[in-house]
Amino acid sequence: MGVDLDQLSFTIDDTIILRDVSASLPTGSVTGLLGPNGAGKSTLLRLIAGIDKADTGAVSLDGTSVGSLPRREAARRIALLEQNAAPSVELTVLDVVLLGRIPHRTKLMGSFGGDDDRAVAFSALEAVGAAPLADRYWQTLSGGQQQRVQIARAMAQQPSLLLLDEPTNHLDVSAQLALLGQVRELTVTAIMALHDLNLAAAYCDQLLLLDGGRLVASGTPEEVLTPEIIGEVYGVDCFIVQHPRGGHPVIVYSAATSKGNS
Amino acid sequence: MTRSRYLGWLLAATITLILGCGVAVTIGPAAVSLGQVMSSIGAHLGVATEPVPLLIDSIVWQLRLPRVLTAALVGAGLALSGAVMQSVTRNPLADPYLLGLSSGASVGAVCVVILGIGFFLPAAAFAGALLALVATLSIAKVGGTITPVRAVLAGLAIAQLAGALTSFIIFWAAKGDSYREILNWLLGSVAGATWQSVAIAATAVAVVGTGILLSATRLDAFAFGDTSAASLGINVNRTRWALLGSVALLTGAMVAVSGSIGFVGLILPHLVRGVSGPGHRRLLPLVAVCGALFLVIADTLARTVFDPRELPVGIITAFIGVPVFILLIKRKKSHLWA
Repeated sequence: MGVDLDQLSFTIDDTIILRDVSASLPTGSVTGLLGPNGAGKSTLLRLIAGIDKADTGAVSLDGTSVGSLPRREAARRIALLEQNAAPSVELTVLDVVLLGRIPHRTKLMGSFGGDDDRAVAFSALEAVGAAPLADRYWQTLSGGQQQRVQIARAMAQQPSLLLLDEPTNHLDVSAQLALLGQVRELTVTAIMALHDLNLAAAYCDQLLLLDGGRLVASGTPEEVLTPEIIGEVYGVDCFIVQHPRGGHPVIVYSAATSKGNS
Repeated sequence: MTRSRYLGWLLAATITLILGCGVAVTIGPAAVSLGQVMSSIGAHLGVATEPVPLLIDSIVWQLRLPRVLTAALVGAGLALSGAVMQSVTRNPLADPYLLGLSSGASVGAVCVVILGIGFFLPAAAFAGALLALVATLSIAKVGGTITPVRAVLAGLAIAQLAGALTSFIIFWAAKGDSYREILNWLLGSVAGATWQSVAIAATAVAVVGTGILLSATRLDAFAFGDTSAASLGINVNRTRWALLGSVALLTGAMVAVSGSIGFVGLILPHLVRGVSGPGHRRLLPLVAVCGALFLVIADTLARTVFDPRELPVGIITAFIGVPVFILLIKRKKSHLWA
C-alpha cells in the first residue's frame, strides 16, 4: 500500500513535535525513520496509524485519507508495533497473536467460531518462525522472541502497512538481524523507526531523517547517510564505506574523544 | 482450555451457585428443609406445591431468600466490576473498593439516608462512585499516564477521605438506630436486604453486565496498553470511559443495597483467570457466577459463625480475601505487579 504524507504538523501544548513533514512511500517498500531522540519518530508513526490526528496535513493510503477511516477500518489496514510493550495479564503466545484478529471480528461479542482466527494466527506464527512457542507464556520469552511474536500479532491483523517503533531495541545482534530480515521478507509496506544507522542502511529501501520535528533528508540510504548530513543532525564525525557484500553504505564513526568533542 | 471444558466449568459453577443459594436459605436459627424452600418458592411463583407453614414461608420468602439473592447479585456485580477495572486500567490491584469507588458511593448513600430521601439512594450512590472514580484517576494521572501504584495510592487517599466524610456525616446527624445502619454501610452487609434490594441489584447486574459482556473483545484489546488497543481498532478513550462509567453505575447499585464490601472485586478475577484464561469472553461469565457463589458463602458464614450475633459480611470477605490475596502475590511473577 502506497503511503503519502502531506505536510503533517503536530503540536502538544504549544510544543512543535512535527512540522511540515511530506513524503511519498511506494507500495511494498521498507522505509527507515531516523533521527535523534525526540526528533518525532514515534509521533509520526502514531499519525500514520491514525491513532493521533495531525493538526494540519494528511496521511493517505493509496489515496484514502487515514483520518476519514473509522478506527476499525484503519486497524484492518495498518498494524503498529510499539516499543517495549508488555501485557498486564499472563498471556500465552497464541493469545497475543489472536489479539491481532480483533479488528476483523464482528463488533459485539466477536465471532465464537474462532477457528479461522486460529488458522490465521498459526500461519502468522509460522511466518516468523515462532510456531513452536504458541503455548508458552509471553513473560517467559526472550526479548527477541517477544518481538517476533509481536510481528506475528501484527501479521495476524493482515495489514497492508506495518509500522514498527524501534523493533530492535534491547535485542542482541543476531536477533536484530533476524528480525529485520523477517520484516524484509513480509510482503507489506513497512515503516520502522530505527536508531542504528547501519541497520537502516542495510535493510531499508529509503530513509526519512527527522530532526527537531522537521524532515531534514529523505531518499535512498546513499543519499541520506552522508558524513555532512550525519554530522549536521547527530553532531558526530564519520566515514562512509561500502559494504563488501551488499554494497550499501556502512557508517564508521570517529570516536568523539579523538577530535576533542568537537 | 477447550471450549467444552470451559463450558463444563461454567455449568458446574452455575449449578453449585443455584444449589448453594438453596442450601443457604435453609441455614439459620429456624430449621427449614430444602424441600420447604422449594415449595415456598414454587408457591410464590404460582406453581402448585406442598403447602408450607406460614411462618416457614415468610422466613424463606421475606427474610432469607431476598438476602441470599442480594448476596449473589452483589457478588456477581462486584466481581464483574473488578475484572473490568483491572483490564481497563491495566492494574492487577484495581477493584471498586481499592480505587475508592465503594467509599465514594457510601458517602452518597449515607447522605440520602440521613436526609431521609432513601428513594434517591441508588442514584446518590452512583454519583458518589463516579465522583470518587474521577477524583482517583485525576490524582493518579501525572504527565498523561496512570501507573498502577499511583492509582492505588490515589484510591487509598480518596477512600480515606470518603470514609472520613461518611463518619463526619454520621456523627453530625445520626441518632439512635442509624449508627448501626451506617456501620453496615461502611463494613458492607446484606442483612437488611429486601425484594427491593434484589430488584435494584438484579437490574444493575443484568443491564450493566450485558453491556460489559458485549465489550469482551474490546477489553481483550487493552492487554498491551492504550496504543496497542488503538492500533487494534479500539476507540480507546470512548471505550475506557464508557466501561469505567458502567462500573461506577454497577458499583453504585451494589453499594446502595449492601454498603462497601471489599476484596470480592479484587481477588475473584485473579482466581478465575487461572481457570478461564485471560480472554474476557470466558473470564466475565465465570467470574460473575463465582463472585455470586463466593458472596453467598461469605454471607452465610457472616450470619451463622457467631450466631446469634451477626457480622457484617465485609469482615468475612476481608478475612478470606486478604490471605488469598497474599497467596496470589507470592505466586505471581513479580513483574506483573511492578
